[in-house]
Amino acid sequence: MIQRDLALTALRPLVGPRDLVVAVYQSCFDWLALCPRDLNYVSTGAMGQASSHALGLALGHPDRQIIVLDGDGSLLMNLGSLVTIANVRPKHFLHIVFENGVYEVNGAHPTPGSGNVDFATMAKAAGYQDAKCYWELDDLEAALPELLATDGPVMAVLKTVPGAAYPRDYKYIHSEEARNNFRAALNSDPA
Amino acid sequence: MTASSRISPPPKGEDIIAQLKKAGVGIIISVPDIVTSDALLWPISKDPDFQLIRVCKEDEGVSICAALSYSNTRALLLMQQTGLMDSLNAIRAIAMDYHQPVCMMVGLQGKAPDETVLESASYGVRIVPPILDVMALKHVGIDSDADTNKIAPAIDAAYETGDALCFLVGQSPLMAGETA
Repeated sequence: MIQRDLALTALRPLVGPRDLVVAVYQSCFDWLALCPRDLNYVSTGAMGQASSHALGLALGHPDRQIIVLDGDGSLLMNLGSLVTIANVRPKHFLHIVFENGVYEVNGAHPTPGSGNVDFATMAKAAGYQDAKCYWELDDLEAALPELLATDGPVMAVLKTVPGAAYPRDYKYIHSEEARNNFRAALNSDPA
Repeated sequence: MTASSRISPPPKGEDIIAQLKKAGVGIIISVPDIVTSDALLWPISKDPDFQLIRVCKEDEGVSICAALSYSNTRALLLMQQTGLMDSLNAIRAIAMDYHQPVCMMVGLQGKAPDETVLESASYGVRIVPPILDVMALKHVGIDSDADTNKIAPAIDAAYETGDALCFLVGQSPLMAGETA
């Protein structure tokens, strides 16, 4: 199993200055602590909408790398988005799913089908170009450069356990400040 | 006054499409709706001026429209009122709480041409405006030919202010060449 913060730490140096990172719930809180940057898109509402926001960004900026930091509970609420995304086929689209089997920020209750659901197979069946599951940090670290270079959409499912406890800054992710920072950064380099 | 005399000429699909183009809408996100299918969605699907994104559920479209708005890329979510109802939490969070210019066009399936939306015999139709009012979500009725000119200015205003917007299409628009 992979500690989520170690996975994010492995991803951090590979994120380019123009890349757009869309993050949800605990992955988002961890990422904000580990890699604060204005091109982190954090205002995704609720109910698993991160992947759909990411598709909107990909449609607006097809040249930019999109990285989605999704959760298994969140994705279960928006499974249809896999089909929608695969149908659009954004070229630079890495969809990382942190699979911990629980709704971590809502009391850590198990997700339906916890441990039995195969998200990578679902993604491939929906039409993703590739999807793989990772249990070990070393394997993930070795695979990340290729995952980012492969034509998308691509999914990486990470079998995850919590790492360090990062603060859950709900106020910031829902703030106008976060959205304004993202908008300004995005439009300062629109090319 | 007879029922037939109360029926206004339906909007023309081609006029609605022209208004969308005038407003700079280039991306349409949709789950099919029988009210707008023939005169809007099918023509849009064949029009090279639009990129049509077919989504599985309407709340996906709320998020896509909102994300596109960060770069001022104008989009429209085309759906039926059933999809609107199913997406209320996404609209609440993403369009209203976050103050994003999500523009929607909703076919009112079940509304008879000779009745107003609020007087509709269909429960699912007549509750729509009061719900949008409670949410403080601006809505514009597109019931007749005379209403179509409201579309482009309303979309322009939405993107200028950041306010979400919902068009309510109360009659099936006419297809090109079709007469009322």
